[in-house]
Amino acid sequence: MNMRRFALIAVPYFWLLALFLVPFLIVFKISLSDTALAIPPYTPTIKDGISALIAQLDFENFTFLASDDLYWKAYLSSLRIAVISTAFTLLVGYPIAYGMARAPEEWRATLMMLVILPFWTSFLIRVYAWMGILSNEGLLNQLLMWVGVTAEPLQILNTNTAVYIGIVYTYLPFMILPIYAALDRLDESLNEAAEDLGCSRLQAFWLVTIPLSRNGIVAGSFLVFIPALGEFVIPSLLGGSGTLMIGKVLWEEFFNNRDWPVASAVAVILLLILIIPIILFQRNQQKQAEAEQ
Amino acid sequence: MKRMTWFNVTSLTLGFAFLYLPMIILVIYSFNASKLVTVWAGFSTRWYGELLQNEAFLNAAWVTIKVAVISSSIATVLGTMAAYVLVRGGRFMGRTLFSGMIYAPLVMPEVITGLSLLLLFIGIGLDRGVLTIVLAHTTFSMCYVSVVVSSRLVSFDRSLEEAALDLGSSPWEAFRLVTLPIIAPAVISGWLLAFTLSLDDLVIASFTAGPSATTLPIKIFSAVRLGVSPEINALSTIMIAIVTVGVITASLVSKRSSLRAQEETRAAERPTT
Repeated sequence: MNMRRFALIAVPYFWLLALFLVPFLIVFKISLSDTALAIPPYTPTIKDGISALIAQLDFENFTFLASDDLYWKAYLSSLRIAVISTAFTLLVGYPIAYGMARAPEEWRATLMMLVILPFWTSFLIRVYAWMGILSNEGLLNQLLMWVGVTAEPLQILNTNTAVYIGIVYTYLPFMILPIYAALDRLDESLNEAAEDLGCSRLQAFWLVTIPLSRNGIVAGSFLVFIPALGEFVIPSLLGGSGTLMIGKVLWEEFFNNRDWPVASAVAVILLLILIIPIILFQRNQQKQAEAEQ
Repeated sequence: MKRMTWFNVTSLTLGFAFLYLPMIILVIYSFNASKLVTVWAGFSTRWYGELLQNEAFLNAAWVTIKVAVISSSIATVLGTMAAYVLVRGGRFMGRTLFSGMIYAPLVMPEVITGLSLLLLFIGIGLDRGVLTIVLAHTTFSMCYVSVVVSSRLVSFDRSLEEAALDLGSSPWEAFRLVTLPIIAPAVISGWLLAFTLSLDDLVIASFTAGPSATTLPIKIFSAVRLGVSPEINALSTIMIAIVTVGVITASLVSKRSSLRAQEETRAAERPTT
């Protein structure tokens, strides 16, 4: 019986150790190694003695990252793009979640399914769908010119605007679902009480509904912000040459420049940046779980 | 009292239009006769025909399905085990590390997961191909499975398992005859989630695939980089259709089974005559 318990724990444990933790330690190690040593075929350092390993460590790649403008700008611009698109997703997602929570009971299961359905559809295809719409000859420009907003087609595809649209579109379900969950539990008599006590509809919304759905807003924002920061597909399909995002930089450093140590160093710093929002997110979830008990 | 104001109706209409219009447009334009994807030149199924003759796409589709079936099945077994360990396993050495390793891949950027696995595979001299993609996909999707299954394990009544043990069944029998049937819906949705994630994945597959094995998303991505193409529109339409049918079927099935469960509870509560 103890053998069985051991096997039950050991199999998933060792799987994750071998295919999640060890690979990550390798990235960490390579980020601290010399370019010349690590250019393919690099000698695997796992076999090397620990002393040799420590002797080889150097922070050259990190000082290189710090000295080159490109990387600083890429991190900052990723942060900016992630923050702005999270804000837009919240602005678009909140009214939808609110409408769902106020919809008649018998509609809700269907509305819920309609929000989840895009999530099951290929991410790549959802991003691709916008390429045709946003291009210079695309439907959006045709519409704008027909309405008379603009005489010349606007350049939307291959700009940051297209990246914002892409992120809002693909991550919208992640924002709607937690906010809907928070609003669904909300007791509407609280709003009625506020209105009876002299609040206007809008005041009641600001003073009662928004604070009580705070957990949903926070959870949804992190669920959009965290993946958006390391996004690769959206900036490379919808963004232009001027769109700097760190996921794209890492990809190009690895596949085009074949500079593995720098790619690894880029990855390590991206992870360090992500640790803060991840911890905040975990804490929010814990608080919510405790509040429910 | 629920009120549907004009504001709620408008925001729902606009919101769902935003979610669905791009995909509807994509589907409509897949039936466009013109090669110019932005000009409508009449209805045609020409691109579907060309797609079915494109061997590179068909091969990639086959590799993708193979990888998805194998990796999601292994991930379901490993993920269910991991969930069981987390919820029922009690204390053991390195439990915190274990739960950390279950949750970390969920928030890890795909580029980092892909890069780290590739460096591992090169480090141990494993040739990149179907096997490496399966290993990579299994690793991240087992974490999703484990989250789905453990939320179900947490909510169910442990005394049922204890009763089975008291009545003389072995822990394995108690798991197979009592626990597994109860958590089955979560295990199935875990498998579906793992399957979809694997079908969908571009970034991790790009890092771990070799020249011998290309998946459909990699193929689509390299075609799409050059611009919009009617063949990709046709392919997208097929994929959207499959997912839509799947999701609607799944929701109908779960609706029916929850109705049946309600009826059974009602029947059980009815006093016997």
